[in-house]
Amino acid sequence: MAKAWKFGHDTDTDVIIPARYLNRSELDYLAAHCMEDADPTFAQNVKVGDIMIGGKNFGCGSSREHAPLAIKAAGIKVIIAESYARIFYRNSLNIGMPIMECPEAVLGIEAGDEVNVDLETGKIDNITKNTTFQARPFPQFMQELIKAGGLIPYVKEKQKHA
Amino acid sequence: MGMTISEKILAAHAGLEQVAPGEIINAKLDIVLANDVTGPVAIQEFGKLGINEVYDNKKVVLVPDHFTPNKDIASAEQSKILRGFAKEQQIEHYWEVGQVGIEHCLLPEQGVVLPGDLIIGADSHTCTYGALGAFATGVGSTDCAAGMATGEAWFRVPESLKFVFHGSKFQPWVGGKDLILYIIGMIGVDGARYKAMEFTGDGIRALSMDNRFTMSNMAVEAGAKVGIIAPDDITMEYVRARAKRDFKVYASDKNASYEKIFDINTEDIPLQVAFPHLPENTKSVDEASGIKIDQVVIGSCTNGRLEDLQITAEILKGKKIHPEVRCIIFPGTQQIYLEALRSGLIETFIEAGVAVSTPTCGPCLGGHMGILAKGERALATTNRNFVGRMGHPESEVYLSNPAVAAASAIRGEIVHPREVVK
Repeated sequence: MAKAWKFGHDTDTDVIIPARYLNRSELDYLAAHCMEDADPTFAQNVKVGDIMIGGKNFGCGSSREHAPLAIKAAGIKVIIAESYARIFYRNSLNIGMPIMECPEAVLGIEAGDEVNVDLETGKIDNITKNTTFQARPFPQFMQELIKAGGLIPYVKEKQKHA
Repeated sequence: MGMTISEKILAAHAGLEQVAPGEIINAKLDIVLANDVTGPVAIQEFGKLGINEVYDNKKVVLVPDHFTPNKDIASAEQSKILRGFAKEQQIEHYWEVGQVGIEHCLLPEQGVVLPGDLIIGADSHTCTYGALGAFATGVGSTDCAAGMATGEAWFRVPESLKFVFHGSKFQPWVGGKDLILYIIGMIGVDGARYKAMEFTGDGIRALSMDNRFTMSNMAVEAGAKVGIIAPDDITMEYVRARAKRDFKVYASDKNASYEKIFDINTEDIPLQVAFPHLPENTKSVDEASGIKIDQVVIGSCTNGRLEDLQITAEILKGKKIHPEVRCIIFPGTQQIYLEALRSGLIETFIEAGVAVSTPTCGPCLGGHMGILAKGERALATTNRNFVGRMGHPESEVYLSNPAVAAASAIRGEIVHPREVVK
């Protein structure tokens, strides 16, 4: 059962992972403090495969890659938002954290809804409300990047076949 | 078709005659930067590539400035990774505590970044170097690692937004901080998302380099990729004293195309204060008047330069910080600190009851050296006022220029400098 966690517009990287935890970069440490200042219950209650919903300009602020790393390590399968800040978007793809832009789905999904997302087709099913949304599917390059687990494994994989 | 300064720099580094917004290019990098927070993650990713050496040990720049002098064991371990890598790779531009400063004050001061450069940095405020007429943008640790390995990065050529400041007359105490806060208030924190901001006009030409760095520094607070200012005589005077290598100066063509042009009368801009919890929540200082504060922070990569300290001293001279306010000043670099010391500014600060710190990012990002407790409120010359930015998630940060911050530190509440300097 993939559950939706919903956050608002301009959710910044300081809220996603506060700088007071950037003195370390271990993934389980980052995951344990993910979203702490917005919802202190998130890290304890999030389940592997859950999804995160954001508003416009998700991930604005700092360039810390720790932000998408924390969300990924917390178990979030995909982020769906109206739009993303530039550096966060790039960082997410680089570490293999799937993110989608779909304003209709953001409006049509509430916190706690049960949601199923097909990463390959971009189809988003809100099972609780019995509605369906279509995000733009990832370009081939990005699908391969995500499948490989990010930019570094992707580059290495390509080197192997070169 | 003409090109903007941003398009010209990107084209030149991609080996192309012409580029247009939306185009994806692969370009050669002049500088790749990381710090003690983002560097260790980049070094780890670099290690996974199976490459032994960085592409150029003069172009990879490492600055331990965020949690230094190290605040705890964990951050000391992070710095140790950075230090070890700098030594192993014989990185030319690495500074140890005692010489290090806040990266975006230090690199221009030391002539490491120059006009016409293409720069990526694993720090969002890398856009500061746009003030020199460089194309400089923030990236994450993985992009940084790939850049350290290959000396290249891919870019989507951004659309440009032009901000023309008409007139070189400013309201009293207004500086670069007020101009950029005014713009962010106007277009919002995603108003320039993915785009290049270009600042121009008589108002910009009248600004000192220190004020220009402040403006370009906060371009990312509007979501921009860069905040660029074409070099002029003021830029060249600053750069010639520092450059140790060749560089090229670019300017936008007269027929370059912009997604939008904003015309602003410089003299219309009053002193700005950004209310919690977004830099776009700007009001004039008079609308913020009377808000009680517990702490004032003057410094950071936004406003930690010599001119910022001079303005601060001008207001604090012969006065005392309010007894219920902690005022902390962070000079941006050791050289700025030394010049402030020699010209008597530090003495003025200490006599006023200010805590003067060694250069560090410190409390700006809630790291150390001035963290807020629950319910406390700070006025800071820094760049972000997000929830929990300077400490407890229920603390508050207001943003202003150094003159407003210094005057408010004396009064114990946000106040226009004219109320303090009579």
